[in-house]
Amino acid sequence: MNKRNIVLFIGGITFGFGLAWGGMSKPEVVLSFLQLKDYGLVLLMGAATVTTFFAINVVPRVLKEPLLGGEFKPRTRTLNRNTIIGAIIFGLGWGLSGQCPGSALASLGIGNLPVLIGIAAMFVGSYAMGRFFG
Amino acid sequence: MFPLGIWPYIIGGLIIGLGVSFVYILTGIHSTQSSLFSTTMSYFSKIPYFQRKTYLDSREWRLYFAAGVILGAVIYTLTVSPDGWWTTSVQPWRLVIGGVLVGFGTRLSSGCTSGHGISGIASLSTTSLLAVITFILFGIISAQIVAFLGVLP
Repeated sequence: MNKRNIVLFIGGITFGFGLAWGGMSKPEVVLSFLQLKDYGLVLLMGAATVTTFFAINVVPRVLKEPLLGGEFKPRTRTLNRNTIIGAIIFGLGWGLSGQCPGSALASLGIGNLPVLIGIAAMFVGSYAMGRFFG
Repeated sequence: MFPLGIWPYIIGGLIIGLGVSFVYILTGIHSTQSSLFSTTMSYFSKIPYFQRKTYLDSREWRLYFAAGVILGAVIYTLTVSPDGWWTTSVQPWRLVIGGVLVGFGTRLSSGCTSGHGISGIASLSTTSLLAVITFILFGIISAQIVAFLGVLP
């Protein structure tokens, strides 16, 4: 295992621990947000985003490059029709099932075995996108 | 507004942000989630879409990252979780149809709740901001329709 993979593994453990602590690993919690009964996920996403904002925008003023090499580059994407059509399709599936890619993985970790079919379905959807629209 | 209280959400969000920041500060990598489905497919499918260089370069660390996410939730369950092991009561047909739409939509949109939501907005990307507004809006519409039809939870 090289250093980069170890860092990603530890970062993943932290990410999954946080998703579980914040309840997002439960589809029911996501659904109660989208049904406008519990606005807590706004706090979770806000706290995660503000923390990450400092790493992306402030840390590079002090550090010239990442500690293990590479470069600091903000995550940017070009806006096109697919960005929005994809987000609409994702939103519809998110509201139907209460699962998104990261939360589904964390859901598996809290023992929610039925989510395995949801994860398998995500692979099918991703394959269909790449195969027929990529 | 917050029947479960605000602290689990804030603490969970801060921990997630620390994980993403830790990876970024050490490697410059944006540790986001949904690309995993496309990069892992590059092990099995020869079609050019999946064999692109960015997928081949990132497919290994994305598997380590995903394994970490699962393990992190296991560790939470075995340590501080008030509930222990837990299973959803969302019907399997919703997990399947929703899962296909999530897989297709996140890849078409080039990002999900973490890619557009956390890393994209933290990068001040207007593209990601528009994507997040769109999927939250349509997520609310979808969840409201499902609940209106009497399908619970």
